[in-house]
Amino acid sequence: MAEFTLPQNSKVRKGKTWPKPEGAARVGTFQIYRWDPDDGENPREDTFYLDLDETGPMILDGLIKIKNEIDSTLTFRRSCREGVCGSCAFNINGTNTLACTMVMPKSGMLKIYPLPHMPVVKDLVADLTIPYAQLQEVEPWLKTKTPAPQRERLQSPEDRAKLDGLWECILCFSCQTSCPSYWWNGDRYLGPAVLLQAYRWIADSRDEYSGERLDALEDPFRLYRCHTIMNCTKTCPKSLNPAKSIAEIKKLMVARQ
Amino acid sequence: MASETKGPNRPLSPHLQIYKPQLTSMLSITHRLTGLALAVGTLVLVWWIGAVAAGPEALDDVNDFLSSWLGILLMAGWSYALFYHLLNGIRHLFWDMGAGLELKAAYASGWAVVAGSILLTVIAWAMALGNVGS
Repeated sequence: MAEFTLPQNSKVRKGKTWPKPEGAARVGTFQIYRWDPDDGENPREDTFYLDLDETGPMILDGLIKIKNEIDSTLTFRRSCREGVCGSCAFNINGTNTLACTMVMPKSGMLKIYPLPHMPVVKDLVADLTIPYAQLQEVEPWLKTKTPAPQRERLQSPEDRAKLDGLWECILCFSCQTSCPSYWWNGDRYLGPAVLLQAYRWIADSRDEYSGERLDALEDPFRLYRCHTIMNCTKTCPKSLNPAKSIAEIKKLMVARQ
Repeated sequence: MASETKGPNRPLSPHLQIYKPQLTSMLSITHRLTGLALAVGTLVLVWWIGAVAAGPEALDDVNDFLSSWLGILLMAGWSYALFYHLLNGIRHLFWDMGAGLELKAAYASGWAVVAGSILLTVIAWAMALGNVGS
């Protein structure tokens, strides 16, 4: 059953406000979700101020500056800082995206939360155990029945083109955690990121297990909890279209009957 | 990684409270709410048809209620719900065929449903009130 409110231990309290930088012409305001597993307190919202003329252009630059210069306990995932690793996905100003590819807004006002409706490990680090387990369930690798050829399995340029818009996914789970259906039924619905991955292999001309893959998805929850809300496509930082992938899977389900 | 889930009393990160409403998500929840409203409205239709069968006095009672300000407000709401659900239902049928799922198309069809449902409601009421007048 959908729980629209946060549990008691998850309600966000007002946190600490750090001092403003002196003599800054442009000040950025970072309101950041904090939760410390060791202090037994509820999550809180801390406010940090940065001199934007001294900060790099991206949101991630600001987060790193805060961690380096103001509060070293601020915890978040990041790695490549160029939108290919998928680590620094957060809810920033109301939608999910990568902190490393999002430019500081003109207003300088930022509200940063962990990916929505996920257990929190610490501060901005969401526990992604369940989406990873769901990804494993769709067996995201090439599966074949025919014996392996002497050389590689060939694919025509046309068939290869069918994978464009699918292979680029970096598994940041921005879409997964933007989906209300996934919020309410995340234990049984596979979610947009995982279904896009499932379709990536169903659509691959070299894969010989399409039928079995569709069998595994034919389920009122795993696939059909998608109600085309389209938060996934709207929020994807790589401009992919998980909603369309899911629709294509649904079409294949009908076509094979 | 599995040990991460066994953490102490992990909080749930905020969701509805912080996620910015999107045109597409708002239209989606409106589709569901208008569907619910129409299910209730169907009972009113049954009530009215039952009154037709029961005789002139029963029909007068129902018509009196439906032409009161509350009745008109409810009827206006139901007529809007009907047109909205109809047009957005057509939008869903296109999606089920795999068409119109690009973000731009989904936004265009979304605004078209908003405008179309208001327009059809206004036309229906203009026709209904015009009939009352003549």
